Amino acid sequence: MSLSIDIRHQLADFELDVAFDAPAGVTALFGASGAGKTTVINALSGLLRPDHGRISLDDQVFLDTAKGIDLRVQQRRLGYVFQDHRLFPHMRVARNLSYGQRMQGLPKDAAHEQRVIEMLGLSALLQRFPAALSGGEKQRVAIGRALLSKPRILLLDEPLASLDQARRQEILPYLERLRDEADLPILYVSHSVSEVARLATTVVILERGKMRRMGPVSEIFADPEAVGAIGVSALGAILKARVAHHHDDGLSELSTSCSKLFLPMVQTDVGSNVRIRIRAQDVMLSLTEPKDISALNILKGTITALQQGEGPGVLVQVKCGDDLLLARVTQRSAKAMALSLGQELFAVIKSVSVAQDDISAATL
Amino acid sequence: MNAFVDFLGPDGWQAVGLSLRVSIWATVLSLPLALYVAYVLARKEFWGKQLLNGIVHLPLILPPVVTGYLLLMTFGRRAPIGAWLEQTFGIVLAFRWTGAALAAAIMAFPLMVRAMRLAIEAVDPKLEQAARTLGASSAQVFLSVTFPLILPGMIAGAVLGFAKAMGEFGATITFVSNIPGQTQTVPSAIYGFLQIPGGESDALKLVGLSVVLSLGAVLIAEVLARRVANRISGQ
Repeated sequence: MSLSIDIRHQLADFELDVAFDAPAGVTALFGASGAGKTTVINALSGLLRPDHGRISLDDQVFLDTAKGIDLRVQQRRLGYVFQDHRLFPHMRVARNLSYGQRMQGLPKDAAHEQRVIEMLGLSALLQRFPAALSGGEKQRVAIGRALLSKPRILLLDEPLASLDQARRQEILPYLERLRDEADLPILYVSHSVSEVARLATTVVILERGKMRRMGPVSEIFADPEAVGAIGVSALGAILKARVAHHHDDGLSELSTSCSKLFLPMVQTDVGSNVRIRIRAQDVMLSLTEPKDISALNILKGTITALQQGEGPGVLVQVKCGDDLLLARVTQRSAKAMALSLGQELFAVIKSVSVAQDDISAATL
Repeated sequence: MNAFVDFLGPDGWQAVGLSLRVSIWATVLSLPLALYVAYVLARKEFWGKQLLNGIVHLPLILPPVVTGYLLLMTFGRRAPIGAWLEQTFGIVLAFRWTGAALAAAIMAFPLMVRAMRLAIEAVDPKLEQAARTLGASSAQVFLSVTFPLILPGMIAGAVLGFAKAMGEFGATITFVSNIPGQTQTVPSAIYGFLQIPGGESDALKLVGLSVVLSLGAVLIAEVLARRVANRISGQ
């Protein structure tokens, strides 16, 4: 799959000017509200015609303003999940789910249908009308409806934004399964760091209509220069790890490319892959290997980037094995330790500082 | 049975039958056009939209006798369109029940458009967008999403139009006169009875029947619309 977007469009108070190629997996369009994220996927879906640009998926050109090509919405075959679900109120869930298949005159694919219904946990809801569903259920049905229209790419526009925290936690695992099982490229619009950290393979950061950064999630989230877009307290590296052992004292042992990690009980089976987000403010640095300390995770690494922020903090990127870690320390400490690029040191992570919400099932 | 016939007398029953025929035709024929105009007014932006809106509302604002006279000048046997219709299709409107149906349709039109426009405006265009992203063409979107959602509004509009057609008097009597068995609808018949001495009791019976018919129509529409609305909202 190769999705290629290059568009310019005048919005009320700034010009959107975005160009990127999305690789396979989940590409997150990340940015504050009003950055132009929804405009990008509306242009991709055909609901909005940008002033200038070209959009193509594989060898099919959706839009080329120079050549006067502009495929209609219904010809693009994109599964669009809106922030506000938009289920048809006069149809039962089953009819909503089969809508795309019926309208496009596709042959009924019972196996695919069964798989989607099972994956999203919809079987008990099929005979209900949307009015009788909870917010989270509606959003799951909306995802299923998009999937069953046999799209070539899935567009998710802040699918969790209208839900409360509990409903979000209910849906996130479904989205993770979708990423890992559906074998479908996904463009995911979000302004939530934790959602992007859990779901994205690639991150595109938008700021006032311009693309600021783009790259694999593990690089972007460990990049000190991304602090402006992500926010200093939310910034934190993402590690990929494999669950190695569950210990009797409530800790799980995980193996990463650089060292063992001990975290509070991870709710997945031994052998499964997880991604762990470690906030920069939860990482301590030490020049010598700390002994007699309560923190269980001491990782040896090399400084690969240093950035002084506007406040009293310094962001330090530490490479350990293939993984990148990010630590936020004070300028005073950085000066006292004489931190410099290439320096070897130890990163210290308290086990309990990693919350369950920061650990998710993943193929990174 | 005879008591039933005697209640209104042959002229009375003839008027009721004619009124029903005229009103049903008027409603059925103007329904598609009213729906189209309501859709255009609700959803499209174009030059002259306010003008179209004004023209649609004209029969509501003009004195009915003016509308009737305008119809006579347009569709009379010597008027340009009227003559053309007679020569080409053999259709004569003036002083025929078909003309009464046309007059009733024109008078009912603005009411139908208003009710349907409100219903269409209440349908969230975002639902139609969602349908398109799922692969539905414009016609499919209308048939599968818009139409079922505006059905209650359409029924309400149609009933309102039917009731208006049943009660139409001014434009009808000006355009097609008051010929028993041909153009004498219930309101014209009431008017006719009131013109002759001792006709009050016959008029009163027709008045009572009008009230029953109109009330019945409104009640039926209410029940139908509620049933459809419940089905649509999924309760």
